[in-house]
Amino acid sequence: MSALARTRFARAAWVIAWRQLHRMVIKPTTFLLPSVLMPIFFFVAFAGGLSAVGDAPNFDYPNYTTFQYVFVLMQSAVFGGVFAGFSVAADFESGFVRRMMVATQTRSAMIAGYAIAALGRAILVWVVVTVVALISGAEVSGGAGDLLSIAIIAVFLNIAALLFACGIAMRLRSLQAAPLIQLPAFLLIMTAPVYVPRDLIEGWVHTVSDVNPMTAMLEAGRELIIGDPARTLAAIAIAAGLIAVTVVWARTGLRRAEAAG
Amino acid sequence: MSQIGYLAQRSLTRTLRQPAVVVSSMIFPLFLLAVNASGLSAATDLPDFPTDSYLTFALGLTFMQGALFATMGAGQAIAQDIQGGFFNRLQLTPLRGPALIVGQLSGVALQGAFQAVTYLLVGIAFGADLEAGIAGALLLLALAMLVAVAFGSLGLALGLRTGNGEAVQGAFPLLFVLLFLSSGALPRDLIANDWFQAITTVNPVSYIIEAFRSLLISGWDGEALALGFGCALAVLAAGTFAATAALRTRMART
Repeated sequence: MSALARTRFARAAWVIAWRQLHRMVIKPTTFLLPSVLMPIFFFVAFAGGLSAVGDAPNFDYPNYTTFQYVFVLMQSAVFGGVFAGFSVAADFESGFVRRMMVATQTRSAMIAGYAIAALGRAILVWVVVTVVALISGAEVSGGAGDLLSIAIIAVFLNIAALLFACGIAMRLRSLQAAPLIQLPAFLLIMTAPVYVPRDLIEGWVHTVSDVNPMTAMLEAGRELIIGDPARTLAAIAIAAGLIAVTVVWARTGLRRAEAAG
Repeated sequence: MSQIGYLAQRSLTRTLRQPAVVVSSMIFPLFLLAVNASGLSAATDLPDFPTDSYLTFALGLTFMQGALFATMGAGQAIAQDIQGGFFNRLQLTPLRGPALIVGQLSGVALQGAFQAVTYLLVGIAFGADLEAGIAGALLLLALAMLVAVAFGSLGLALGLRTGNGEAVQGAFPLLFVLLFLSSGALPRDLIANDWFQAITTVNPVSYIIEAFRSLLISGWDGEALALGFGCALAVLAAGTFAATAALRTRMART
């Protein structure tokens, strides 16, 4: 890519990202509040309502609030991407994406723009969730390197979720794609060890959680936050692998949208 | 009565003609039931947990989830009628307000009954207990229909007030808050956080879930059933009042 093409790419990506972020500021109740409130609500419901589960025999994690904090962190990373996918679908319905396609030479810059906005929103959500978690008694004993690793996993997960959602939205180009975006994300999240460590899960969810990529990221995050990292590299590699797969998914979706005109 | 009959028939037909809506509103609660039954089975090892089957325990929550989906269905249906102009055409007829509300809620009652039977059969097939027996199953079905109609009336009020399907959908998370901030996942006396326990104690949804759960786990518990039916009737009264007021405003505006 030449310097001029790079500049054009960056400019197009920034236009999309700025528009998305600007909408969050001018219409926070529609574009920001749901994505902030949902994780906090889950955190309150799980960490508050289920804290007695931390006393169950063989529950070997030191603090149930911390246990759920990591879950909500990863969950908001996924749903940050999912919500951005809804925006892509809505922008197709309003005709904005089609106009951008005419105006943009390197159309993959549009995906980059949505990704930047999704990450911006996710970071804001993480800050709010972290403040609420610390006030509620979550304990962070991991070092700076451990926390950086959690951030890398969460960012990768957010990007992968965004690319997946973009792939669906660009194929269907309608808000009716929303359930198809949301359901797989929901399945991925809920079949990971949400409430208790994997050893304590029984039945089919235990089997599914063994092969669920979300499990590795969740478990690595829970180890890192208490300063006991063991499977960090594997989790980062899995998250990077998800990005590699979803990048292809999103790009082919973009090609289909281009072909559809 | 004939007005109610026509609208009830329309509501039932519309419910039956949208099998995708009915089925999807059943799959989600059943999926959560399956996940929670596996994921939270360790909770049954807590001292004083009322049963050794988390599936049985979680089934009570499933009935309540189904009712919340029915709520959205009712609100969505009336909002569609308003947006599509059907409501305006009704204004030209001598239709009475209560007939509209009762007629609309008939479809909700049918959906509630169908969901309850499905949840119960699926639960029992996978090993859930039903301590209250056949008579208990019938009472459970009656409670499920009452709860669906009660929360359906809230959805109806919302639909009439906003006249917008998206606004009704937007209120769905708020109703889910009631579900998550209840004793749906753990018995109230086992909730360790005092503030959370206090919220679940004032949340009427807790008592409705506990009424369902009592029939499954402990058999015939008069207090739990009275509280559950009482709370459902109170929600129905509030919902009907709100729907009637919203209908009056809507009629005047149209």
